Amino acid sequence: MSETVNQHTEVSYLEYKGRFKGLFAWIFSTDHKRIGLLYLYSMLVLFSVAALLGLAMKIELIAPGKTIMDAQTYNSFFTLHGITMIFLIVVPGLPAVFGNFFLPIMIGAKDVAFPKLNLLSWWIYIIGAFIALSAQFLGDGAPDTGWTFYAPYSFRTGTNMLPAVTGAFVLGFSSIATGINFIVTVHRMRAPGMTWMKMPLFPWALYGTSWIQVLATPIVGVTLLMIVLERTMQIGFFDPALGGDPILYQHLFWIYSHPAVYIMILPAMGVISEIIPTFARKTIFGYKAIVVSTLAIAFVGYFVWGHHMFTSGMSGTALYTFSILTFFVAIPSAIKIFNWVATLHKASIDIQTPFLWALCFLFVFMVGGLSGMVLGALSTNVHLHDTAFVVAHFHFIVFGGTGYAFFGAIHYWYPKMFGKMYDKSWANIGLAIFFTGFNTLYLPMFYLGMTGMPRRYYDYVDEFHGPNIVSSLGALLMISGLIIIITNLVRSAKYGAPAEADPWQGKTLEWTVASPPSLENFEKIPTVTKHPYGYE
Amino acid sequence: MEKDQHTHIVKYKTYLYVLIALLIMTFISVAVTGIDLGPYTVTAALLLASFKSILVLLIFMHLKFDKKFYGIMVASVFLLLACVIVITFMDYLYR
Repeated sequence: MSETVNQHTEVSYLEYKGRFKGLFAWIFSTDHKRIGLLYLYSMLVLFSVAALLGLAMKIELIAPGKTIMDAQTYNSFFTLHGITMIFLIVVPGLPAVFGNFFLPIMIGAKDVAFPKLNLLSWWIYIIGAFIALSAQFLGDGAPDTGWTFYAPYSFRTGTNMLPAVTGAFVLGFSSIATGINFIVTVHRMRAPGMTWMKMPLFPWALYGTSWIQVLATPIVGVTLLMIVLERTMQIGFFDPALGGDPILYQHLFWIYSHPAVYIMILPAMGVISEIIPTFARKTIFGYKAIVVSTLAIAFVGYFVWGHHMFTSGMSGTALYTFSILTFFVAIPSAIKIFNWVATLHKASIDIQTPFLWALCFLFVFMVGGLSGMVLGALSTNVHLHDTAFVVAHFHFIVFGGTGYAFFGAIHYWYPKMFGKMYDKSWANIGLAIFFTGFNTLYLPMFYLGMTGMPRRYYDYVDEFHGPNIVSSLGALLMISGLIIIITNLVRSAKYGAPAEADPWQGKTLEWTVASPPSLENFEKIPTVTKHPYGYE
Repeated sequence: MEKDQHTHIVKYKTYLYVLIALLIMTFISVAVTGIDLGPYTVTAALLLASFKSILVLLIFMHLKFDKKFYGIMVASVFLLLACVIVITFMDYLYR
């Protein structure tokens, strides 16, 4: 990669004056960087709402019986929390924000292949968000099915299901459009000399993710449409009373929603693969193994959906097939972990905030991954299914994986995105509080699950009281950490010290352009001659 | 635009043959439902639908005349979908 790092004289994308002014200059911009920030701001608002809903649920659980809300409100809170977090934040999260912003720059392109389609994706995302969230305020009460919309309850509940399901359906189009855009961008727009094996690992992860988005999302789209038809026309796809099969719904739902976990986690792994070599000042260990494991996760992850249905009444053959396949997917994930750890071996590590996020990611992802093995085994799954153990595992993987990588990414690329440096001390304090709160919140839930506390219950027996108090206090601590982290980032965008073009001594192409980049990223498209992590 | 892009004109006669083949397979799809194949009814329907799709992709959508790379990409997607369907039916066949 180019060694030259100069702050060029062109106007940055933040100051560029186009056809529109003010808000319109953002919401009608086809610049991939502005679209990335549009997603970031939208998600920040939605994340704040969903996190507060989560906090409210934990406060409800601080004592047995009704504390601050009744059972129906609790049901609608976990439904809205799930729909918002999954469909609006975690699934689109890293690709939509950092993929949009950095994919073209990291492969040496001026924009994505289809900039207008990219803007349309954001508009569809916003429209889908409004439709999904309108379910909370219109009609017969907020949905109470959980984010999985399981049949047959989702047809029979009197609550306002249609907007929630339609919103998720619309959001799928945004995901597919972004996936197509990224696939074409990676195939067609890499800079001269950037062969597949010279492409950085974050674009590789986005590439694998995009394929899942394009291939898996239509399945859930059709399934959600089938729910709408079932509710409105009583066709009988899934409702046993009409001759349908509710397990078919679960198959179709998880055929998408399990690969969706990999839509969430693969870009996160890509981010970690960028942060670790930069701060280890060392070429990443086993570049090709990471690339192959990325594609292997994308592929094998497609065939493990049935492990969500071990107690649903599937055939024995299906049960052990899905269990074996689930254990297979652990192999490429473990390869990545070993590669990251091996990269750190004998490295000259520069301990900075993004690196600390990456280290925390390794810890929580390992806990999440290993608890996943417990759930992937048929015998233990029967005992733990639908308990708080699953909720803890899920949050260690999705929040611990994608969430930590998201915050790691924003601390890593923040100087490039905004041209400002955040306060590192506050960032580290925020992380320490957040990490402590996170573990205090979710670790007791493993214990609660093992001792039999079911998930999605607003009440519990007295035996579960102690761990629930610890867990709820952990939630308060974690939210305090989040407030510090977000306040520091928001404040630094205005008051932070100007950032250098390459504050971390990174080697990938985004560190060769100014902070913040110009409208077209590069004055001249670079020619790539070196490996992306050429530290030695 | 690709530098080596070229147009390929397919004869009307070929389109007509494909149309006839599609219609025949549609009739077979309907007829097969009258035979009791048990759980393999779905297999028969899916196989016929797959043959129809392949014809449409190869001839109408010109995949046959395009770069081999695109053919491989489409075939991989079909393979993936086939695996998904086979695994799903491991539940239904043995339940």
